[in-house]
Amino acid sequence: MARRVRPGRSGAALVIAMGTLAAACAAPGSDSPRPQATSASPVSAAPTCGTAPITMNGYFETGFPLPKALTTEFTKQHPNVTWNIREDQFAVITQNAPRVLADNPPDLMRLPQVSELVKDNLLKNLDGYATAFGWDKWPASQLQQLRLGPGGRPRGEGSLYALGLNFSMTGVFYNKKLAAQVGMSAPPATLAEFDAVLAKAKSAGITPIVQFNGGATGGLAFPLQNLMASYGPPEPINDWIFQKPGATIDTPSNLRAAQHLERWIKAGYFQKDVNAVDYATMMSRFIGGKGLFMFDGDWESGNLDKQMAGNVGFSLMPPVQEGGKRAAMSAPLTFGIAANAKNADCAAFFLNWVATDKRAREIGVEVGGSRPMGPADAYMPTVKAGTVTAGTLAAGANIAKDNGAMDFIANATGAIYAKSWTPQLQKLVAGQQTPQELLKTVQADYAGQLEGN
Amino acid sequence: MGPSHRRPAVAKLRGLTGWLFVAPALAFYAVFVLRPITLTFQYSLYDWDGIGPSTWVGPANYGKVFTDPDLFESLVNAVKLIVFFSAIPVVLGLAIAATIRRIAASRLALIARTVLFLPQVIPLVAAGIAWSWLLASTGVINQLLSLVGLGGVTRAWLGDFATALPAVGLIGAWVLLGLCTLLLLAGMSKIDPALYEAARLDGAGAWREFVSITVPSLRQEIAVCVTVTVIAALASFDIIYISTQGGPGNTTMVPGLQIFYLAFSEREVGMASALAVVLMVLVIACALPIQWFAKDGNK
Repeated sequence: MARRVRPGRSGAALVIAMGTLAAACAAPGSDSPRPQATSASPVSAAPTCGTAPITMNGYFETGFPLPKALTTEFTKQHPNVTWNIREDQFAVITQNAPRVLADNPPDLMRLPQVSELVKDNLLKNLDGYATAFGWDKWPASQLQQLRLGPGGRPRGEGSLYALGLNFSMTGVFYNKKLAAQVGMSAPPATLAEFDAVLAKAKSAGITPIVQFNGGATGGLAFPLQNLMASYGPPEPINDWIFQKPGATIDTPSNLRAAQHLERWIKAGYFQKDVNAVDYATMMSRFIGGKGLFMFDGDWESGNLDKQMAGNVGFSLMPPVQEGGKRAAMSAPLTFGIAANAKNADCAAFFLNWVATDKRAREIGVEVGGSRPMGPADAYMPTVKAGTVTAGTLAAGANIAKDNGAMDFIANATGAIYAKSWTPQLQKLVAGQQTPQELLKTVQADYAGQLEGN
Repeated sequence: MGPSHRRPAVAKLRGLTGWLFVAPALAFYAVFVLRPITLTFQYSLYDWDGIGPSTWVGPANYGKVFTDPDLFESLVNAVKLIVFFSAIPVVLGLAIAATIRRIAASRLALIARTVLFLPQVIPLVAAGIAWSWLLASTGVINQLLSLVGLGGVTRAWLGDFATALPAVGLIGAWVLLGLCTLLLLAGMSKIDPALYEAARLDGAGAWREFVSITVPSLRQEIAVCVTVTVIAALASFDIIYISTQGGPGNTTMVPGLQIFYLAFSEREVGMASALAVVLMVLVIACALPIQWFAKDGNK
């Protein structure tokens, strides 16, 4: 039997309920205390971690051993510093970054795309430290991607908001055994030679390229951007990634690159199921010898040297013309300091130590597989000849010489990869998109996202 | 208790005591259900990145939910998923429950019940991973197809534009079939055997019994199954997040996933909230008529 509740009573219930909703009155975001824009913190002498016991809060990426290897060595050299480290997958860090930086500011954190974090004043401006430690005297290209204008736009110039633990680079890995089978004795020197090798592999029954392009990660962006760098100069691509006014991805040379990628797809140079392949599957296929080439980065060098010892080579993407300039997607392994970090000085000291300490630079190469940051004449660890790590390090030197470093086209905005590149590249694979429309759509999404910011 | 002449003060006290009992639950409900809903609605009227200052945009976010092809497409996909998450488990569940009931005494019935309910015990994430292996280009399903000479249709089921959504739907159907079967089986055990006996005396066959006695008697159970599975379809997230992440080319993008991406990757909290409100309204619009239909049949 239902008891009837008198209106007066339910009214009381409503009042109770509404009372809990009081917080909904103010506009969202207006109540949280937000840090003000930090200008360059005046640093007189180079700061240190002192001698008193100090616990550093770190927020690192799971699955990458380099940061922990470095912090362990740092504690060995500076016993007063201990580390309290939280780890998450990169996707989780990307989702958490703003809230963690605002609510529970880490002293040192692995950072995703930084533009919006700078816009919200969540990152410490490192200009003061750069002067104190002399980072501003390093080759400018190392820090370019970490500089941002006021309000986070454009990137590539302005104040320094992050630093790298090393400088990673991408290109083409190849399986030496399969290369020998198709008569490839040295990496192709031109794009036409590269095409010829791919065709030979295909007719020999070898998958020419293993790549990932499934789920929310369109890995065909790797070959696409490499082709863009073969057909045209890297500067306009960087301008686009850095959100410079008027920059566009829809250029004639990029169109040629996209058309070239489409020809590769139509020729069957990628695995048939590439739209269902994720990064881990691609790695296990390449390591398992199921493909000749793989577009990837030198963060895998150490891993590949271990798992395919002596059987893996690395090459930069060949240019259209023999002897032409080469370019590669390369970016610092970005770490930053929260605007409200308690131990910012010690974190800055650590970042400087990573770039300048002899042992730290060795760890950076051995564990990280990439070139260390730091002054041009700094100590460069020696690597065993013939390893792929040696190959990627040498290629990195070439890129520095040619000034061919590009950021990744997936980093242009926070949403451009998942929202635009990935679905568009998946459609290109399925024959549901043309190269022309692909670039047009991405450019339109990009413009829309910049407008929305 | 017969009608008594309670004094007003006592009645008031009793009423108060009643409220005291309700208070903890009510407070909990207000803080963890009503408040988030209200806040979501409020956020949906702003352009906000989750941290910085927000801008009032009124109903503009709602307009975008229906005009942005990506967002609207995700709603359409959710509706398509109802076929797999709801129609297949309920229809198949009815058939299976009726079969199991006929062999209720045998050990086979027990085994069938256990096997069918097992997917409910497995975490959805694990189910998603296992199915993405089964459906991969070198997975068991393609191996079986090649074995029976259907090598021509093999493909990466989750990576193909035409098959990704049905493939994801299949995983959902597999998960929900057991729940529906068990619910319907429980409902069948409550049906008076005398009804079947009477029908048989009247010369009814198995099909007639099923249509005229079993299905009408299960009206409420069917309503519960449909409600639960329709909500599961509209609010689907975990299976899709694990198996396709919305790809390829947004073919399996659903509102739950879209809200997650909007709020936490693109940091469009206002848009995400607007889509969440639309999804909530859609769920209510689907669930209420089903409830009403079940009650109506009860009279």
